[in-house]
Amino acid sequence: MAAPPLLTLRGVSKRFGGVQALVDVDLQIRAGEVVALVGDNGAGKSTLVKVIAGVGPADQGVIEWEGHTVQIRRPHDAQALGIAAVYQDLAMCESLDVVGNLFLGREVHRAGILDEVEMERRARELMHTLSIRIPDVRAPVAILSGGQRQAVAISRSLLGAPKVLLLDEPTAALGVEQTSQLLDLIEELRDRGLGVLLISHNMGDIKAVADRVAVLRLGRNNGLFEVPTTTQERIISSITGAADNAVAHRTTGEEGAWP
Amino acid sequence: MAVGQSIRGYADAVRHRLRGGEAARRGLRVGERGPLLVILGLIVIWLVFQGLNANFLSPRNLSDLSVDIAATGLVAVGIVFVLLIGEIDLSVGSVSGLAGAAFAVLNVYLGMPEWLAIIVAVVAGTAVGAVHGFFFARVGVPAFVVTLAGLLAWNGLTLYLLGASGTINIDEGGLVAALTSLYFSGGIIAYGLAAVGTAGYFLAARRSRRRRRDAGMPYRPLAEIGVRTGLLAVLTFATAHVLTLFQGVPLALLIFLAVVIGSDLVLRRTRSGRKVFAVGGGIEAARRAGVDVARVRIAMFMVSGTLAAVGGLFVASGLTSASPTTARAAGSGMLLINAVAAAVIGGTSMFGGRGSAWSALLGALVIQSIASGMALLGIQDAVQFMVTGGVLLAAVAADSLTRRAAARARGSIRRSSRSGRGAMLH
Ligand SMILES: Nc1ncnc2c1ncn2[C@@H]1O[C@H](COP(=O)(O)OP(=O)(O)OP(=O)(O)O)[C@@H](O)[C@H]1O
Ligand SMILES: [Mg+2]
Repeated sequence: MAAPPLLTLRGVSKRFGGVQALVDVDLQIRAGEVVALVGDNGAGKSTLVKVIAGVGPADQGVIEWEGHTVQIRRPHDAQALGIAAVYQDLAMCESLDVVGNLFLGREVHRAGILDEVEMERRARELMHTLSIRIPDVRAPVAILSGGQRQAVAISRSLLGAPKVLLLDEPTAALGVEQTSQLLDLIEELRDRGLGVLLISHNMGDIKAVADRVAVLRLGRNNGLFEVPTTTQERIISSITGAADNAVAHRTTGEEGAWP
Repeated sequence: MAVGQSIRGYADAVRHRLRGGEAARRGLRVGERGPLLVILGLIVIWLVFQGLNANFLSPRNLSDLSVDIAATGLVAVGIVFVLLIGEIDLSVGSVSGLAGAAFAVLNVYLGMPEWLAIIVAVVAGTAVGAVHGFFFARVGVPAFVVTLAGLLAWNGLTLYLLGASGTINIDEGGLVAALTSLYFSGGIIAYGLAAVGTAGYFLAARRSRRRRRDAGMPYRPLAEIGVRTGLLAVLTFATAHVLTLFQGVPLALLIFLAVVIGSDLVLRRTRSGRKVFAVGGGIEAARRAGVDVARVRIAMFMVSGTLAAVGGLFVASGLTSASPTTARAAGSGMLLINAVAAAVIGGTSMFGGRGSAWSALLGALVIQSIASGMALLGIQDAVQFMVTGGVLLAAVAADSLTRRAAARARGSIRRSSRSGRGAMLH
């Protein structure tokens, strides 16, 4: 029997006051797989990332981790399972330096006393491995450019050696070269057995690295496609709602039976 | 030691400017005011008052100054904690009055042992802070409204407590009286403390340098550490010398310095302190990193209430009494304004995330120097109020301008969306 998927969501719903942001959403992420999550603005992609990361827990629905039902109510819960996220808004603590932001919430310490030297050493090492160039790891993140912030956010997500990585539009602020570096990195992480959820509006990026594409429309599943065998037009029509919803739902329903 | 930090800041600033583009490792950063300006300001203030009255820089006056900064300074340290999370506590003056009155009533009127009355008074301050924190962090009432209500209510409680007893004189030979009247005379203690402080700084700097070098990271040259240590030595030994010329090292100064140094270490070197800066620097990022924002907020108001109570004991100690008159004075806001002014003048931002416990010391020195100088010159209260108000406004204006400069610098290089608190303030 094949190993259960790293992460399975079933029937996840979430509401913000009058806005029903997610309705009955299903999703699976397997080890060694890149799943792209696409959908129009406001489709609920970021909301789903926050559900999985414990930042904005779901109102309803089941989350399974490696086949077992788990509760993700706080960021620590997700972190403990091995889930890391890069958020769309790249929220950071502006007055803390790069090292401080990288290690925020999991500082290296001895009896509560911070080990700044060790944190800085690891930060430099990580930046070096990822070939990220930040002029000064002791500069407050407030002075970083958008791309640099994105690089810091991605580094931060990799610090805890996660098993599932959620990337919410990670290439939005990156230049051409940095984007292709990030896509290489995503492939490398997949080959190392991570499950990656990649949110992007860029079909080129998705074609390049994703194995499957899940479409969200108005907070609902609206199709799940194998990237190599699906045309771009098919995906786009699912995003915009031109595609037949009933068919899309049926596809999603059979997800568990997919090879 | 405060000025030791400042000198470090100064050296960094100079280095920063010399290096140009590359941000100095721990130098001045965009959106931060270094202590350099404050130190220059303090020197100017001292020279001006010395020019107007030759007694200003006398050992006696400087020694009195070091005692007088304790009450304001301790309250200001509490304000620094609250400012660091981007909030304000307007109740500290009233809470300090409450603690003084509670102590006097418990100890003198009800005969409770002095040590126990001190503990109860301080814990009352902590509890008051917890109440403020609860209404702010859990109920969602803006902090300035909660603490404004506190300003009035706790002052009312103080007057109520003193209503039955009227003026209470506290035991002049007791512990609380000793807070502002006990001096450790004899050069050994003064010079010994200066030596311990300087050596401690040197050893810590050398240890950090070694660790960084062994880890293959940039480190300070030994010469730079030498210069810093030298400057610190000059400063601490000069202070020790002046203090010995009068009555010795005041207990008040020792307690204040211990609180400043302790707070600084907690804020900069511990996980708890890191959470404070995280909440002040970006609430959303802090929350996502798993920081319990509400808990941090409540804790900060508890610190502020506690230090306000401690400051209140110093006020009572200086007056050796608690009375309805002093209670009304505590509610009138002078201590509050002085403490907030001290924190902001010393370099802690009103906008959260930037600041240091040392700013309470620097700022209290500025505020108290002005007060002491004007008192020596016989200038009336009315003028003192106007000057203090003006100085506070100038400090806050400088803070706001620095922040705007930082926002401009950031806006020009950042394309991505801003988030959290920052976005709301822009
Ligand atoms: N904190 C919130 N409070 C209220 N409504 C929210 C909140 N967060 C999201 N929403 C709403 O939920 C819906 C889904 O938003 P979400 O950010 O998940 O969309 P998205 O798919 O990520 O869009 P985009 O492509 O623009 O990033 C939107 O209608 C949005 O207005
Ligand atoms: Mg989004």
